[in-house]
Amino acid sequence: MQCDVCHKREATVHLTEIINNNVSKLHLCEQCAREKSEEMEEHFGLADLLSGLTDLVPVVEKEEIDKDVKCPSCGFTFQNFRKMGRLGCPKCYETFKDQLSPLLRKIHGSENHVGKTPARKELVHDKATLLDDLRARLEKAIQSEEFEEAARLRDQVRAVSKEQKK
Amino acid sequence: MKLEDLLYKKSEWLRGTGPKSNIVISARIRLARNLNGFSFFNWAKPKEKEGILNTAKGAIDKSKFMKKSLFLSMKDLTEIDRQFLVERHLMSPEHVIDPEYKGLVIDDKEIVSIMVNEEDHLRIQVLQSGFNIIEAWHMCDEIDTDISNRVTYAFSSKWGYLTACPTNTGTGLRASVMLHLPALVMTNQIGKVFQAISKLGLTMRGFYGEGTEAIGNFFQVSNQLALGHSENDLIDKIGGIVDKLVKREESTRSILMAKNKEEMVDKIWRAYGTLKSARIITSAETIKLLSTIRLGVDLDIVGNVDKIQINELFILTQPAHLQKMEGKLLTPNQRDYKRADLIRERLKGEK
Repeated sequence: MQCDVCHKREATVHLTEIINNNVSKLHLCEQCAREKSEEMEEHFGLADLLSGLTDLVPVVEKEEIDKDVKCPSCGFTFQNFRKMGRLGCPKCYETFKDQLSPLLRKIHGSENHVGKTPARKELVHDKATLLDDLRARLEKAIQSEEFEEAARLRDQVRAVSKEQKK
Repeated sequence: MKLEDLLYKKSEWLRGTGPKSNIVISARIRLARNLNGFSFFNWAKPKEKEGILNTAKGAIDKSKFMKKSLFLSMKDLTEIDRQFLVERHLMSPEHVIDPEYKGLVIDDKEIVSIMVNEEDHLRIQVLQSGFNIIEAWHMCDEIDTDISNRVTYAFSSKWGYLTACPTNTGTGLRASVMLHLPALVMTNQIGKVFQAISKLGLTMRGFYGEGTEAIGNFFQVSNQLALGHSENDLIDKIGGIVDKLVKREESTRSILMAKNKEEMVDKIWRAYGTLKSARIITSAETIKLLSTIRLGVDLDIVGNVDKIQINELFILTQPAHLQKMEGKLLTPNQRDYKRADLIRERLKGEK
């Protein structure tokens, strides 16, 4: 079978594309496939899908942010995210919190982590959110009269806030 | 252990054992983790990338789970070797791109593999044969906890594990199950399955995961959501769906055998005949025919080959494996000849 693009070399890569139930097939040689895949990545990469999602961020906010907010830790801008669909560093999550919140909700249907936490919890980097979380859990424990758990949480809240003040 | 040793070794996930191994090929758990204080790989400066690699490698080396492991630096490998690792499902196709500062650690059984500096600093993977997803999760969880004792992960109590791409944020978990669903394909039910699965927050992909085509009736079902559900919930959900798919495939196979037995038997033996006699064969055709024979083995139609042999041929006939066995680069045409030779030899076909 000949390559559909160069019509010279033997086709060894076979692509099937399904758009709205229309199936189209493309047979390519290795060289043309490589070129094609670079081209496709530019057009249909996940980055694009994500940047499509970021359009959900209200327009005014978007312009403000795009202007000059840079992540203090790595220099990444939200404009970069729009292009790459990837963030610059873990701190970017705090920097672009207002933009990422609706995006995470859109992707996962939730923006509150449930599940495993790392073994070295005391080193969690965002102490403020940790405190909020601990206080909420403490409140809940008191309400459901789980006093042992509440006492443990109270001590943890004290320890974290002491550390934060340092 | 050396990379070369893997060539004639059977990957654990191809052993063809484990629960529901007539339909479920393998179960895989992957956790995405990043080190706090470093940029994500694609945004990091070279010096930083080197720092990530060294820190991650140090933490993995000390792990009791990775005592008998092999560390591979991507930039030191040939293109064929990198492809070879992708074909064995030990790393993603993306890990081949931009090899500088990228690493891969694999344990001696090829069950655990850790990609360093893929999109995330660490991608910890456990791959097992059959429908052993819970076992795979427990193992991956333990390794992750062990590593986390020596490094500080980027973690937010609100958003969970922070990853380069927001689609992985939260648990950083991707659970995938590889299924062989020939009967659902033959009876045109697979389209409906695709639709139903996407509505449940799961995705279905091809043989090599993201962005690959489904070949030989192999499909990979995995979770799409990572935030807002615990690891156990995500895994249970996949487990429930896979259970249903397995039952559906099984009942469709019985119906096909009851109603179209002659056609089925004919199709299977023809596939066997072609593989035993072909002189030139592409990788796509090979996988298609092997898939049919695998069905024949499961249905006790083909008795003189076993599933392990078939599974092994799936991997050995892939381009990089063929070239490694030959010890030299081969053009696609040369590969098609070599592939046919290998299959005839293994199936004791026409000389």
